[in-house]
Amino acid sequence: MAYNDILIAGFGGQGVMSMGTTMAEAALSEGLNVSWLPSYGPEMRGGTANCSVVIADSEIISPIVVQPSELIAMNLPSLDKFEPTVKPGGYIFVNNSIIKRKLVRTDVKAIYVPTLDIADELGNMRVANMVMLGSYIEATGVLKFDTVVNMLRNIFTGKKAHLVEINQQALQRGAACAKI
Amino acid sequence: MAIVYQKSKGLTDVEFHYCPGCTHGIVHKLVAETLEELNILDNAVGVAPVGCSVFAYNYFNCDMQGAAHGRAPAVATGIKRVLPEHVVFTYQGDGDLAAIGTAEIVHAAMRGEKFTTIFINNAIYGMTGGQMAPTTLVGQRATTAPLGREREHYGSPIRMSEMLATIDGAAYIERVTVTTPANIIKAKRAIKKAFQLQIEGKGFTMIEVLSTCPTNWGLTPVEALEWVKEKMGPFFPLGVFRDITAEEAK
Amino acid sequence: MAKELWKGNEAIAEAAIRAGCRCYFGYPITPQSEIPEYMSLHMPKVGGIFLQSESEVAAINMVYGASGAGARVMTSSSSPGVSLKQEGISYICSAELPAVIVNVMRGGPGLGTIQPAQGDYFQATRGGGHGDYRVIVFAPANIQEVVDLMQDSFELADKYRMPVMMIMDGMIGQMMEPVEWKKPAVKLEDLPAKPWATTGTKGMRAPNVINSLFIDPNASNDHNMRLHAKYQHIIANEQRYETAETEDAELIFVAFGTPARLARAAARLLEEEGIKAGVFRPITIWPYPYDALYEAAAQDSVKAVVTVEMNTGQMIDDVRIAVRGCKPVSFVGQAGGRVPTPQEVAAAARLALGR
Repeated sequence: MAYNDILIAGFGGQGVMSMGTTMAEAALSEGLNVSWLPSYGPEMRGGTANCSVVIADSEIISPIVVQPSELIAMNLPSLDKFEPTVKPGGYIFVNNSIIKRKLVRTDVKAIYVPTLDIADELGNMRVANMVMLGSYIEATGVLKFDTVVNMLRNIFTGKKAHLVEINQQALQRGAACAKI
Repeated sequence: MAIVYQKSKGLTDVEFHYCPGCTHGIVHKLVAETLEELNILDNAVGVAPVGCSVFAYNYFNCDMQGAAHGRAPAVATGIKRVLPEHVVFTYQGDGDLAAIGTAEIVHAAMRGEKFTTIFINNAIYGMTGGQMAPTTLVGQRATTAPLGREREHYGSPIRMSEMLATIDGAAYIERVTVTTPANIIKAKRAIKKAFQLQIEGKGFTMIEVLSTCPTNWGLTPVEALEWVKEKMGPFFPLGVFRDITAEEAK
Repeated sequence: MAKELWKGNEAIAEAAIRAGCRCYFGYPITPQSEIPEYMSLHMPKVGGIFLQSESEVAAINMVYGASGAGARVMTSSSSPGVSLKQEGISYICSAELPAVIVNVMRGGPGLGTIQPAQGDYFQATRGGGHGDYRVIVFAPANIQEVVDLMQDSFELADKYRMPVMMIMDGMIGQMMEPVEWKKPAVKLEDLPAKPWATTGTKGMRAPNVINSLFIDPNASNDHNMRLHAKYQHIIANEQRYETAETEDAELIFVAFGTPARLARAAARLLEEEGIKAGVFRPITIWPYPYDALYEAAAQDSVKAVVTVEMNTGQMIDDVRIAVRGCKPVSFVGQAGGRVPTPQEVAAAARLALGR
């Protein structure tokens, strides 16, 4: 039985919320149960933001993630705040383009993903989230790459169709980070 | 025998509860006649306030709603937005309109709500027993201003017609009184014009009527009529404060 | 039909439109502002009315007027705004007008916090304004349930000519979950006529009067007794609740809305320790399912009842009334925007069982 409590946290404007909704949409289209719960309020307008995503093949009991099975930390304050809460044996994904420390915890799996460096190499800083998502999917196997790519094809049509390719590359580069 | 005068079809047979010498009855009659003459009784929805005219729903011979204190303009907004082809009016006193319901009347005017408000200004709270109103004159005694309204303590009375006339959504604002037959005829003309402009969809319309309250003023009915002219008249001048049709004609 | 991912507040608005609501009046307040935002965009598309009012006070009185004019109408707000609406709700109850009122609750008292809470339980279930009245109150626990209950809310409001309130904590408004639109959209022409509405006499009938003033004490008493009889009828016919694993349970959690989900999570933790805990969830918090809760609590297997709330203990009063002293009742919760964790809830259960 798969039951994933995911916490995604970072600065407002880093696309933390949209990464969560992308995962939620993908999970729904794979026929899984899902919930997405944002932190809301003043932090939306700068400062730190986070969202909880629960993906399960059974009924979702609580949308509130207190003890994440996976933490995606996009900035240092988020890592500092949430590292202690992760379930033993869980994952922490660290955006090490801007987080310069290693994990303190030794009972969780660490995946370091230089999202901004990779996005920069790909020529579009806005795909940093996709890099992180690629790592997440590769490491956890919770979602399928094909699902996300199909979603991208539906979102980017017409003049924006060329964006599918770069997002796909971002997913692959992120996945590579998780294979090490 | 020829009928030379009869009660308007716009009024029910229920007897008014108003005090002797109170001019509410005259204003009711003018509104009722207007509804009848414009042939809109079947299509009208009125909103009664809280105050002396709280029982207005018993008197007007059309569909009526009773509103919470001051909220008649919000209730009328709800009605008119659902029934835009109907004629909607509120009938409110000075406590209802100029104190507790100030926000509602200002914003109804701002939105240009297409209903007509009949505003009875008698410078006192009648129903509750002669307490000070926002329109009570400086020096005028009230049961909550036993030595008379003091400007230092309460400021000067509020002039609602002048204030609402500054709002773009207002189509027609006039202050009238009903102290003499001539004034009654003018008041009727004003009320009729307001309803007509509502029917034409011009915007918010309000007729303020300077009225008497002999009971709470401690005057005889005749003295009260005189008091309106002598005391209220100078502070609340009669006249048209906004007429969108006159502006359009220019 | 395929499931779609919907944000709670937007699902509330869409569900209302599908339920035949064609009139919305409201004032922005976090965490429910997506409801008026959604309404402002979508109401005009179905020929409906959206109006942002100058205050919650005005909004509820616009609801009064529009409902009196025969429309299916709703308003929504969050806790401080719902306090402002209480005057109007009292009038609407007395004048016997149908309306749907949504409260996406935040922490209080006062300006409180914008974070989720359930501090408005008393206000909702006891009739929050002046006078003897009640409103039917649904307390959905997820977005699908919000959507499923919306059509029922409008139908019950019309049937009993009274407000139906839907209350949920801010989390349900802000979160996204899959939604399946199970019922077809209501067709306005199928709705029952409202011969009492003030739609103009058309010269065909005596004037209709919508009013809440009964100045004669006898008339006022009669009116109150008639309302009371209506409420008694609703108590007998409209209770709704859900149970999970309550049969032969050692402990029963009682919770409404989101805390019921937390209680389920706590029950799972307890199950790992060999403690069988069930969850009793009232779906209507007025009328309250007293008898059903009594039956669950009175089972020989049950040693304790624990209420889980996002306040300092309000529903616990109803739980005590229901349980009638047959089992000990205790409380666990957090208020003012903090959400209790399943671990805290499980700990309260252990304490109640003396373990």
